[in-house]
Amino acid sequence: MRRPISLYGLTFSLPLLVWQLLFFVFPLVFLVALSFWTVKNFTIRPDFNPVNWVTMFGKPVFWQAYGTTFGLAAAASVLASVVAFPCSYAIAFKLSDSARRMAVFLMVIPFFTSYLVRVYSWQIFLSDAGIVNVMLGAVGLGPYPMLNTVGATMVGYMTLALPLVILLQLFSLVFIDRTLIEAAHNMRCGRIRTVFEVVIPSARVGLVIAALFCFILTFGDFVSPVYLGGGDPTTLSILITDTTKSGQQWPRAAVIALTMIATLLVVAFLSVRFAYAGQAKGSRT
Amino acid sequence: MTQPRFMAQVLNRRSFLATSAAALATPMLSRRAFAAPTELTMLAWYGHAEPDIVAEFEAEHNVKFVPKYYTGGDNMLGLISQSPPGTFDVILSDAEYVQALNAGGFVEELDPEDYALADYFPEFQNFPGNWADGKLFSLVARFGFLGVAYNTDALTEAQAANYNIFWDPKLTGKVGHFDWHLPNLGQMSLLNGNAVPYDIDETAWEAVKEKILTLRPQIGGFFDYGGTFSSLNDGQMLAFAGIGDWITGVLEKNGAKVRSVIPEQGGLQWSECFSIGKGSQKAELAKKWIQYITSAKGQAKSAQMAAYPALIPNQKGWEVLQAENPAEAKRQGMTKDAGNVIDMIRAGRIQYRQWPIQQDLETWNDFWSEYKGA
Repeated sequence: MRRPISLYGLTFSLPLLVWQLLFFVFPLVFLVALSFWTVKNFTIRPDFNPVNWVTMFGKPVFWQAYGTTFGLAAAASVLASVVAFPCSYAIAFKLSDSARRMAVFLMVIPFFTSYLVRVYSWQIFLSDAGIVNVMLGAVGLGPYPMLNTVGATMVGYMTLALPLVILLQLFSLVFIDRTLIEAAHNMRCGRIRTVFEVVIPSARVGLVIAALFCFILTFGDFVSPVYLGGGDPTTLSILITDTTKSGQQWPRAAVIALTMIATLLVVAFLSVRFAYAGQAKGSRT
Repeated sequence: MTQPRFMAQVLNRRSFLATSAAALATPMLSRRAFAAPTELTMLAWYGHAEPDIVAEFEAEHNVKFVPKYYTGGDNMLGLISQSPPGTFDVILSDAEYVQALNAGGFVEELDPEDYALADYFPEFQNFPGNWADGKLFSLVARFGFLGVAYNTDALTEAQAANYNIFWDPKLTGKVGHFDWHLPNLGQMSLLNGNAVPYDIDETAWEAVKEKILTLRPQIGGFFDYGGTFSSLNDGQMLAFAGIGDWITGVLEKNGAKVRSVIPEQGGLQWSECFSIGKGSQKAELAKKWIQYITSAKGQAKSAQMAAYPALIPNQKGWEVLQAENPAEAKRQGMTKDAGNVIDMIRAGRIQYRQWPIQQDLETWNDFWSEYKGA
C-alpha cells in the first residue's frame, strides 16, 4: 500500500530536490544541448548538429587523453587506497578514542586551505633545486627530476584525495563488529590473515566507496596535471581548456565533459554494485 | 519654549535659510570636484588598467576604469560576441584579432587625425592589422618580440641565438613550451626557413609538423602564464619556446637569471592594439584614453608596465623613456644606438605573428593537441 506524501516529509526532501534540479539536472541538460550547438566566427549559435560529437570522437588525441586520464585516476585510486589503509586501520584499531578524534581532526585540516595553494607549495619541494633534492644532495644523491612528471601529478592527486580516502576508510573500519575479529583470533587466525579474511571483507563497502571518491576527484582534476605534471601528458581536463582556448569551441568541450560524466556514472554504478555484491546473501562474514 | 539668547542672536530665521542655501549650493559651485568618476570599461590583458598605467589619466579626467581581463584572444572574442553592444568602451586586442573584431562589427572606426600617428615610426603608421579598406579601426600601442628565452646560467646568449639549441641533449626535459600553438609553430616555421612563417603551403606545413615532432622528447612541459613564470624563475626549465621579453623582462627585473634573444633564424612580433567598442556611450572619453596611451608620456608608461614590459612604436615615447629610465630603454633596445629594435625590424629579422593563411586556425590547433599528446 502506497504511503501518502506528508507535508513533513516534503519539507525535508524538497530542498534536496530543488538543489539537484538547479545544480545538476538543469546544467546537465544545458550541457547536452550545448554539445549540439555550433560555433561560427567565434560566436556560439543554438543548433542541433552532431558535428561536435563526430569530430571529438574521431580524434585520436581525444581517446589518447581519455586513456591517460582513466589510467591515472585508476592508479591514484589504487595507490590512495593502499597508502590510506594502514593509516586508517591504525587509527581505527590502535588509537584511543581521544587520539582517534585528534587524528580525524588532523585529516580534516588540509581541507581548510586551498588545493591550488597546496599544489603550488609542492613545487617548492619537488623542483630540481627544491627541498627534496637539496636534502638528497646533502647525502650525495640526485638531483632527480621530480617536478613536471607523472609522479608529481600523482603527488598532487594524493594531496587532493588521500585525507578523504583515509576518513572514508576509517568510518567504515570503526563500525566493524569487533567480536568478528576476536572470533578470528580465537580460531587461531593470524593478524595478517584476519585483516584480509575479516577486516577487509567487512569494510568492503567503505573501502570501495573511498576508492571511488578518489577516482571521481582525480578523473576531473585540472590543477595537478598542469602545475605538477607540466601539462604532459594531456588529460581530458587539459583537453577541455585547449578546446575552448582556440575558436571558442565550448560545444566540443561539452562533448568531452559529457563523456567524463558518463564515465564517472558507469564507474560509480559498477563500483557500488561490486561493493554490495553478495551482501544480500549474508556473505558479509 | 524660548530660544537661548545666544542662538537667537547668532542664528535668526533669515540667516539660517541663507546659510542652508549656501551649504546646499556649494557642490553646484564646484561640481567637478564632487562629481562621481565616470566609469570606463576596458577589455584587456591583465595589467592594462592597473594603477601604474591608468592612475594619472583617471585623476586628470575624473575617470575610473572598470577592467575585464581576458586570458587569450579567443576568450576576448567570445566575451565581446556574447555581450551587448556598448558593454566595453575600450578594447585591447592582439593585432591578429583586430580584423576579426572589425569583421564582427565589434569596434568603431577611428579618425587617424585624432592620434599622434606622425610621431610613430613609419613601420607602425600604417600597421597592417589596424586598417581595413583604408579605414582605421585600431591603433597599435605596444609590441614585443618572441624568440628563445633561456637561463643565463645554463646557456650563453650566443648558444641561445639559434632555435636548434632546443634540441641540445643537455636540455632534454628542460625545454618548455608556452601553451599556445601560434608562437611555437611560427618559430618552427622560421627555423624551417619559411620567410613568412604563417603563409606556408601544405608541403611546408607538413615539414613544420615533422620538425616539431622531433622536439617532443626534449619537452619538459606545456605551461600557462603562471607556470611559465615559475618554471623559468626556479630554473626548472632552462629554455623556452614561444615567449620573449614580455615574460623574461619581468623576471629579469626581479633578479632571475633569464633573458630572451632573437635567434639568427628570426623572431616573431606580437602587437597590442586599442579600439573603441561598438556602441560605446563614452566613445569621446575612450578616444581620450587612446590619445593618452599612444602619446609620448603614455607610451613611456606602457613600456614599463609592471605586469609585462613592451616595446613602443612612438618615437617621442622612446625619448621620454630614455629621459625617465635610460637603463630600461637600453635593456629593451629602445635607444638610438645601432641594432635597436627598429633596426631589427628593418633588417627583416622579425615577422608578424598572425593567423595561418593557407591552413585553418583549427588545423593548427588540432595539430598542437596531437603534438602535446605525442
